[in-house]
Amino acid sequence: MTTDALRATPKVETPLRRFLTDFFASKLAIAGLVGLTLVVLIAIFAPWIAPQNPYDLRQLDIMDGRLPPGSKSFSGMTYWLGTDDQGRDMLSGIMYGLRTSLAVGFGASLLALMIGMSAGLIAAYFGGWVESLIMRIVDIQLSFPAILVALILLAVLGQGVDKIVIALVAVQWAYYARTVRGTALVERRKEYIEAARCLALGDRRIVFKHLLPNCLPPLIVVNTVLVASAIALEATLSFLGLGLPVTKPSLGLLIANGFAYLLSGKYWISFFPGVALLFTIVCINLVGDQLRDVLNPRLQK
Amino acid sequence: MLVYLIRRLLQSAVVLLVMSMLVFLGVFAIGDPIEILINPQADQAEIARARNALGLDLPLWEQYARFLVNAATGDLGRSFVHNIPAIDLIFQRMPATLELAITATLMGVVLGVPLGMWAGLKPNSMVGKSIMAGSILGFSLPTFWVGLMLIMIFAVQLGWLPSTGRGETRSVLGIQLSILTLDGLSHIALPALNLALFKLSLVIRLARAGTREAVLQDYVKFARAKGLAQKRVVWVHVFKNILIPIVTVLGLELGTTIAFAVVTETIFAWPGMGKLIIDSINLLDRPVVVAYLMIIVFMFIFINFAVDLVYSVLDPRVRLSDAKA
Repeated sequence: MTTDALRATPKVETPLRRFLTDFFASKLAIAGLVGLTLVVLIAIFAPWIAPQNPYDLRQLDIMDGRLPPGSKSFSGMTYWLGTDDQGRDMLSGIMYGLRTSLAVGFGASLLALMIGMSAGLIAAYFGGWVESLIMRIVDIQLSFPAILVALILLAVLGQGVDKIVIALVAVQWAYYARTVRGTALVERRKEYIEAARCLALGDRRIVFKHLLPNCLPPLIVVNTVLVASAIALEATLSFLGLGLPVTKPSLGLLIANGFAYLLSGKYWISFFPGVALLFTIVCINLVGDQLRDVLNPRLQK
Repeated sequence: MLVYLIRRLLQSAVVLLVMSMLVFLGVFAIGDPIEILINPQADQAEIARARNALGLDLPLWEQYARFLVNAATGDLGRSFVHNIPAIDLIFQRMPATLELAITATLMGVVLGVPLGMWAGLKPNSMVGKSIMAGSILGFSLPTFWVGLMLIMIFAVQLGWLPSTGRGETRSVLGIQLSILTLDGLSHIALPALNLALFKLSLVIRLARAGTREAVLQDYVKFARAKGLAQKRVVWVHVFKNILIPIVTVLGLELGTTIAFAVVTETIFAWPGMGKLIIDSINLLDRPVVVAYLMIIVFMFIFINFAVDLVYSVLDPRVRLSDAKA
């Protein structure tokens, strides 16, 4: 009887469970998530799974330079995706390049998220001249295209991992600030904030413990889209020779490296890193699209 | 209206000033230009003389004031590499960039509007879905990689089109244009297509959304009820009405296209100002870098100002809300 009674009680659908069911309703989103997980795993475990350490000069043989995909080296190793001008295995190069690209993209976006989020919350919560000032800066910055802002900063700052992270953060914080402010303005007028105020809680506590968690859903969506654009922008800047130094090749730098050989028909040096880059961006965008649909309350059935 | 105008003008001036300060401080104060300008074997006295001649011994604010006064009179320094005024160098290269940007925009419209309308008229057909999938891909593909693939396919494998340079140009009113000669056209095809790709995706989306909305409107229903041919309904009644938002967005996007031309010009060795800035950054030709950044920032501030002004004329709510704030 007890088992029957248990079965009779309706299953409680927690928000997390509902979110997961909704998210996995789309086959494309699942494919995107699987692809993204794969890319992240490859990036994390690159030193253990790559056939070769592309930065260890002892493992490279200049005689193996510019071999087409599928050729064998003197030592019997097969270069599935060919080699570059230094005799580096492209497959290993891409795995290590993904590491750099993803680290810079995710890192910069996370930093921009924190800065933009704080700025947006402060603007929405305090209002008045603070809000006018912050949002004016945001408006002005967003009236310039991202690549131009990054170009100005890199022309001024020079090359380096830290420089490109600064440039990406400077480009992206404004998007987060605008999104958070929009949501926070709506949330601020709700009863729970009023209740928290009545309890005489401190401003900081209200903003970060009460207001912030309720502003998160749109932020998560914007974040996925912006991670993809950060990765693409970093690759573009590195391709132009303004981004990362040659010692830390990201996918963009690998592609730039192969550009010189493209005209003589040696396509693989540029082609495969580009495919890896495209695959990463498309996977992130697929996940982001589905997140937007699931987290948007207006679209909920 | 006047209050709004003055307010907006003041804001533009402040932005320009802040930007000039950023560029000046960054480019001239972080690195020491003396190291590049002077022979490394020069002794202390020589360095001091050069420093004095260039005004680099003055306090920073005075150098900046000098820079501002010179900039206001159109003097942004001489290029170290080409040894001509930096601003002349940029104006020489500007027509090539504008030609590329405008051709790319036109390409986006001519290809994008019919494709978008098709997708809007038949949203559930295979073709409609493929067009939309293509436009999503167009947003995701990194421009520079697409450029490389275009070169690989059309220049290297097929050998149909040249991959670098402007080709033969013809002079119109003292401006060299590539689109007027057959050779020039074959040279501009790939870079313009590359630059147009993002625009194309955008136009397809706008045209599709506009068409889907327009076919539900009464004037389209009425045109159909009158017994007009489908061709006429689509190309006269629907087409005209979806153009307004597309033209607005493309006008706004022109600046972005010029900024993005940096990437395309570098790949296709198109001799415009985008390639100039990348070359100048690599050669440490600082006056050219500063001049380019100042000119493009000025251009953007001007475009934004003009757009806001037009909107405030068209929509009184904009200027009223801003005048109060």
